[in-house]
Amino acid sequence: MAKTLPKTDVVIVGVGWAGGIIASELTKKGLNVVGLERGRERKTEDYYMVHDELRYSARYGLMQDLSKETVTFRSTEKIRALPMRAYGSFLIGDGLGGAGVHWNGQTFRFLPYDFKIRSMTTEKYGKNKIPADMAIQDWGITYEELEPYYDTFEKMAGIAGEENPLGGKRSNPYPIPPMKKSPAMQLFTDATKKLNLHPYMMPSANLSQDYTNPDGVSRAACQYCGYCERFGCEYGAKADPVVTVIPIAVKSGKFEIRTHSHVRRIIHSGKKATGVLYTDVTTGEEIIQPADIVVMTSYVFNNVRILLMSGVGKPYDSSTGTGVIGRNYAYQVIKGGATGFFEEKQFNNFAGAGSLGVNLDDYNGDNFDHSGLKFIHGASISVSQTGQRPISNNPAPGGTPTWGKDFKANTLKYANRAITVGGQGSSMSFKHHFLDLDPEYKDAYGDPLMRLTFDFEEQDKELAVFISGKCADILKEMGANHIDQLKELGPYEITTYQSTHNTGGAIMGSSPETSAVNTYSQMWDYDNVFVVGASSFPQNAGYNPTDTVGALAYRAAEGILKYREKGGLLV
Amino acid sequence: MHIRFLLEKQYSGKVRNLRDEVDCVANSDEPKKTNGQNIEQPSRRKFLINAGYAIGGVVVGGAVGSLFRKPNKTQQTEPAPPSGTGEETTVPKNYNRALMFFSQDQFAIANAAAERIYPADDIGPGAAALGVAFFIDHQLAGDWGFNSREYMSPPFYTGEKTQGYQGRLRRREMFEIGLQEIENYSQTQKSKKFVKLAPEEQDEVLKAFESDSVKLTTISASGFFKTLRSATIEGVYSDPLYGGNMDMNGWKMRNYPGNQMSYTDIIEKDFTKIEPSSLQDHMSAH
Repeated sequence: MAKTLPKTDVVIVGVGWAGGIIASELTKKGLNVVGLERGRERKTEDYYMVHDELRYSARYGLMQDLSKETVTFRSTEKIRALPMRAYGSFLIGDGLGGAGVHWNGQTFRFLPYDFKIRSMTTEKYGKNKIPADMAIQDWGITYEELEPYYDTFEKMAGIAGEENPLGGKRSNPYPIPPMKKSPAMQLFTDATKKLNLHPYMMPSANLSQDYTNPDGVSRAACQYCGYCERFGCEYGAKADPVVTVIPIAVKSGKFEIRTHSHVRRIIHSGKKATGVLYTDVTTGEEIIQPADIVVMTSYVFNNVRILLMSGVGKPYDSSTGTGVIGRNYAYQVIKGGATGFFEEKQFNNFAGAGSLGVNLDDYNGDNFDHSGLKFIHGASISVSQTGQRPISNNPAPGGTPTWGKDFKANTLKYANRAITVGGQGSSMSFKHHFLDLDPEYKDAYGDPLMRLTFDFEEQDKELAVFISGKCADILKEMGANHIDQLKELGPYEITTYQSTHNTGGAIMGSSPETSAVNTYSQMWDYDNVFVVGASSFPQNAGYNPTDTVGALAYRAAEGILKYREKGGLLV
Repeated sequence: MHIRFLLEKQYSGKVRNLRDEVDCVANSDEPKKTNGQNIEQPSRRKFLINAGYAIGGVVVGGAVGSLFRKPNKTQQTEPAPPSGTGEETTVPKNYNRALMFFSQDQFAIANAAAERIYPADDIGPGAAALGVAFFIDHQLAGDWGFNSREYMSPPFYTGEKTQGYQGRLRRREMFEIGLQEIENYSQTQKSKKFVKLAPEEQDEVLKAFESDSVKLTTISASGFFKTLRSATIEGVYSDPLYGGNMDMNGWKMRNYPGNQMSYTDIIEKDFTKIEPSSLQDHMSAH
């Protein structure tokens, strides 16, 4: 029998960005919050030996232990899903701070178009522009309504940046000036201006200068050491939950964090949740934590998996297109980039920061005419200097063998002579891309794994080749002697890294028929359950998701406080 | 002789592209060059310059012998060898150079195969001199060899390529079988032990594995080769604390500075050569 603990006001499942933000906002208002985190505690001191590419990048030191839990994957419903046995396409974080510890810090706001994609696309191009099986939806909230929450997140994290000339309107400038500009970034800026494009410095959560945020948290400036993505920051310069929001919640005396606590079910009675059941992974003991309000702030897959395992919300049925939990899984199209090789120039490719780069949105959203194109939306295009660590970065012109004499000579020659212009492509949701429970494979506790059904569509293939061509044009203008670009986007495979920007499965919308949560991330069916994170994106944008996840978390915190006062559905 | 041969050897036949679906587009109208003919010929002198051991354009010959063992100033601070032992060597013993997993034969095959994947040339040392086979041995002895942080639960089904590795064997088992199969193939096809084959014959054997023209019942030949290849790259470029990248020479060849606390001073500047530093240096600095 599970042990039952005393009731708390709010229980949070997963203490990463969303959980940390909500904990800090609720405890400021005096609520008692318990945070359950399945991984270990983390602190800045952990990163003394962090400049270790093998340990953290090649061996995934900060990621979830897949022997205990993974996902299964199939490209279509016609084949058997099989477990992702090793990491590849995306990386699932665990431990305090979650994926917010090992992110790069690229902090983009989505475009106004992103939030109204179906209505704006139909309005401009007619309804035939959207294929019948494409499942994109408006969010039920506009950019303008979300803007104040973006502003709050950016001030809390200390985002360095300059205004995007093609982005949504800002109420305030970025709290601190942009990062330093490397010669490669300058070259990209000059070339793209010549091409009449609109480059701007990548908005960065790696501090460009020392910064004290509105909560009074002071952090030191980034040192451009080149170890961000997949690594924790030994300076605390990269904003992460452990060095920003979590200490504020802890200081209140109202936040109890329990690490090694693996939540398995939301417990409910009627249309209310009453708490959660979790396993203390150090003892195997099952524990019930009763709470007035349950907030799901785990990664996309686990948010959706726990809802499905708990029978909370109507599961999505792809054959009828009904139900909401698991609906509209989306990803990104990352392979539409190009790499340029410079014979006469060398760059400091080894140096960098996770969000050091220059970006442009001329081919993102609906910032360009799609009339003659076989896809909607687009990609942000950027040159980014994140630090080319040598195990994972061995660029060589196409046709170079992957081993032997020429491999060695070419990769050594071009280590500091190759520049990639990347395209971060949006991903439209489709009726046949979804999340459900795997019928066969189990986790370490005997619970079913999340099953992922996804493949690239014609939309993605057209987009990737188009964007790669634009990236190649930019490299040509930059003076690259050779350019490798994408000829054709193959099927989605789970084996090579693309992006940890998985979205959907508990999406936000204006109707309970087609969405799991309202714009406060509150479940339509269970008004005391909030599901927060990229699981609420109805489709995915051509940007990194964290700024939007942070904004949604601040809005959810506001909603939880309102709900605490008067109850009922907030929308 | 070995090195000379390598430089003259032309790669023929199709070799898989570095990245899937990416092809080379030259800006000029020249036909596509693939075999690196347009690459500036590297030289040993170039490596010495990269490594910072050329003075005024003249390579200091005396440095070459010790270069690959103890290349930096810490040499002076090493304790002198105990007197009266009769040992003449000034190179301290490297206690990392012993085996945790491989048999002697397995080690010899892995060492020779890794050297073909990342060969010594005029630019600098290859996998053997960098200690890559020791690195692989040490990795196989630990978590990575046991796939202990990967999902290895049954059932096992053959899947699509897009679904990734679905075998039940762990890496240490895959290496035991793979290395034995390399040996078997060499014996049957070339009537010699793999380690006794000429370099170009060793390449032929490895290519047969890479292309799956060797048919194995227990493991995928290409899957094994891919793992061997990526482990070799890891051994060349991981921090020397793991047993490869001997004296940071893997990093020196590509001007990678390793573990540095800050690049704030150079991030806005043109290419700047920085003497590499390892995690051990970082540790002693604290």
